[in-house]
Amino acid sequence: MPLSVQETEIKNPPVSRPPLDPHLKALENEAIHIFREVAAEFDNPVMLYSIGKDSSVLLHLARKAFFPGRVPFPLLHVDTTWKFREMIEFRNRVAEEYDLDLVVHTNKRGAAENITPFTHGSAFYTDVMKTEALKQALDAGGYDAAFGGARRDEEASRAKERIYSFRSPDHKWDPRNQRPELWNVYNGMIRKGESVRAFPLSNWTEVDIWRYIQAEDIPLVPLYYAAERPYVERDGMMVLAEDPRLELKDGEEVKRGMIRFRTLGCFPLTGAIRSTASNLEEIIAELEIATVSERQGRAIDRDQSGSMEKKKREGYF
Amino acid sequence: MSASAISSHHSSSATILPFAESAARVTRDARPLRLITCGSVDDGKSTLIGRLLWDTKAVKEDHAATLARDSGQQNDLGLPDFALLLDGLQAEREQGITIDVAYRYFSTDKRSFIVADTPGHEQYTRNMATGASTADLAVLLADARAGLLEQTRRHATIASLMGIRQFVLAVNKFDLVNYDRDVFERISAEFQEFALSLGVRQITAIPMSALKGENVVLPASDAMPWYEGPTLIEALELAIVRITQAGGFRLPVQRVVRPGESFRGYQGTVSGGAIKPGDSVAILPSGTVANVSQIVTFDLVRNAAVAGDAVTLVLDRQVDVARGDMIVSIDAQPLTGKAFDAQLVSLQQSGIEPGKRYWLKSGSRRQRVSVEPLTQLDLSSGQWRAHASTLAMNAIGKVHLAFEETAIFDAYEQNRATGAFILIDPDTLNTVAGGMITGKRANLAGLKREGDRVLLSLPADLAEQLMASELLAGRRDEVEVKRLTPADAAAVWKNAGSDI
Ligand SMILES: Nc1nc2c(ncn2[C@@H]2O[C@H](COP(=O)(O)OP(=O)(O)OP(=O)(O)O)[C@@H](O)[C@H]2O)c(=O)[nH]1
Ligand SMILES: [Mg+2]
Repeated sequence: MPLSVQETEIKNPPVSRPPLDPHLKALENEAIHIFREVAAEFDNPVMLYSIGKDSSVLLHLARKAFFPGRVPFPLLHVDTTWKFREMIEFRNRVAEEYDLDLVVHTNKRGAAENITPFTHGSAFYTDVMKTEALKQALDAGGYDAAFGGARRDEEASRAKERIYSFRSPDHKWDPRNQRPELWNVYNGMIRKGESVRAFPLSNWTEVDIWRYIQAEDIPLVPLYYAAERPYVERDGMMVLAEDPRLELKDGEEVKRGMIRFRTLGCFPLTGAIRSTASNLEEIIAELEIATVSERQGRAIDRDQSGSMEKKKREGYF
Repeated sequence: MSASAISSHHSSSATILPFAESAARVTRDARPLRLITCGSVDDGKSTLIGRLLWDTKAVKEDHAATLARDSGQQNDLGLPDFALLLDGLQAEREQGITIDVAYRYFSTDKRSFIVADTPGHEQYTRNMATGASTADLAVLLADARAGLLEQTRRHATIASLMGIRQFVLAVNKFDLVNYDRDVFERISAEFQEFALSLGVRQITAIPMSALKGENVVLPASDAMPWYEGPTLIEALELAIVRITQAGGFRLPVQRVVRPGESFRGYQGTVSGGAIKPGDSVAILPSGTVANVSQIVTFDLVRNAAVAGDAVTLVLDRQVDVARGDMIVSIDAQPLTGKAFDAQLVSLQQSGIEPGKRYWLKSGSRRQRVSVEPLTQLDLSSGQWRAHASTLAMNAIGKVHLAFEETAIFDAYEQNRATGAFILIDPDTLNTVAGGMITGKRANLAGLKREGDRVLLSLPADLAEQLMASELLAGRRDEVEVKRLTPADAAAVWKNAGSDI
């Protein structure tokens, strides 16, 4: 239910947090500016919501940007059906609590043909259940702008992408011909069928995300915090062993240990890390001395240099 | 300061105006420093940033492993190809050049940095301009063997036009000139002189080997014992972040929020000055006046907002405010009018055509404009030359802007946010120029420009006096004076007062 007028005028939200440091404040201001600009300039925006930490920050910023109004666009979750159970629970709870329009899309064709990360390999699976599914959902909704939580520090081709990332009618990114993007003056003019992916978190780093989550008390899927959990070691990754669809191969056994996730995606493709960091201070401390990047645990990014660019050109987020 | 005083052979450091004076301010300001690398193609920009990331331990193990795998045998020093940390597009790796700007993030104990590594290739100047528009500092590279090239000057000029006042001149590939001090002195003196012509005075020149990491993060006293100046990272740690816009309050309205019947808020990012409840404001272009009753944010109702803050303003009365309007302090208003002067950089193949109707976007305001080129900067001489035809790609020009509806600006020098604009081609919808407002144009019937000549319409007696003056004598071919009766002249100049 939208906030009533009385409420906005009288209620001073009971916040006793210390003010953000200037670094985070600058990042927050920039993100809010982008949200408002896109919402004002496009007819039919949507926000990609992947339930992870970046999406949680993105959603928090969207709520801030439009307060005391409601978030003026739906959230879209592309559900591959292979997400962690706790992610789906969290998604449903958040949508209800914050009164959001949630659109969930699954690639019916892929599901019908039983395309799974186990049977078809990560590249093909990702292509069908994520990239193709995303395009289907964007076409079905007729969205002309889609917010995403990607950050430039994640990957080398992402580091090249504009805040307004222009896409052709078939969702393709042309990295060699990006529009100049000067100051914070964004060019939102497009033709029918074309669209823009907008990235309010472009200039945030992983540490910024965690610091902001801590400063703003943003709820997260519990899998980010260390706990004793069952896992199986496979292809050099620790795969969470709770979903009955995970079949043990010869020689594999379910172990238990203190683990957590630095990034969340499809459970068969997302590796855990050994960690005892069970609260935000400990996670940030761990991150500051981390020697490997967050995406290292993701099977789909490891295929080859340039694999992300290729996927993005084809329409992946 | 004269150029000769700059790099005296007695001082071993080429730092003329050290950043040190501002160090005290730095420690209180935790905002990241935004910088770019620029300069001509292949001068080592990407290698430098790669090396900087490497030496500040910003490269994670898995990325280092990928780098080692992708580097191959690119140099005889057995070092990785650090540029690959930046050149992330396949086309860039294939061609060994940077095509588009890459943004990277790193920090030291002292502060954090956002660096934009820009392409040197002339064809991609637009991407360099993209990086420069938001930067506080430019690291300009020159290959020690080649010195300053036209493209080096172009980048320095664009950076300075876009308001960058702090430069580091990295005289790079110093390992390839036997660490010859004379080479360093010569190139830095030449740059000092050029930079002064741009009005840039804060320059730190550093002899460097990006590839070997000499004077990047670690000093190179073995190779260059005569150099006593800072390393690159030291210079960056002492640089200052652009001061938040001073001057009058500015809020370009992005959207109007109406969650219910009686709440109406105006959302936008404060682009200058400060505001508190009770302050009187004007809404432009209408000129309506109101008072601020509330500053609303998600966290709390605030008692002030300053430049940079994304806020929602509530006014004390029903007024007509729409996206694209600007809410400003009543006693320090921006310029409004239909004719402005600007400098711009032409960014696309099609150039900027005289008389064509473009879209101009500034802040949240988008409107029609036609552009009349006046002069173009000749990069080899540094002179502005008359140029009334199409401004080709990469040209830097001074232009007149003629609007169909009232436009609202500050001069870019006064306010980077309300003085900047982009031009959008209505045919391709692409961004074709980035521009900086220099001032409002006196749109006078009495003072006109026709090609190279200025046409002055004056009462006959005044015209005679002027023609007889020594000042005009030497420039008779630039001016044409038209003699009128005093009454006609008065009519022509009637509305001039407020514009001059
Ligand atoms: N010997 C030596 N070689 C260098 C140095 N810095 C860069 N190079 C080499 O110069 C070549 C070009 O370097 P890049 O870093 O790609 O140059 P760039 O300025 O980024 O080029 P563009 O982005 O395409 O304009 C590479 O082969 C580098 O290894 C240096 O200090 N010494
Ligand atoms: Mg480069």
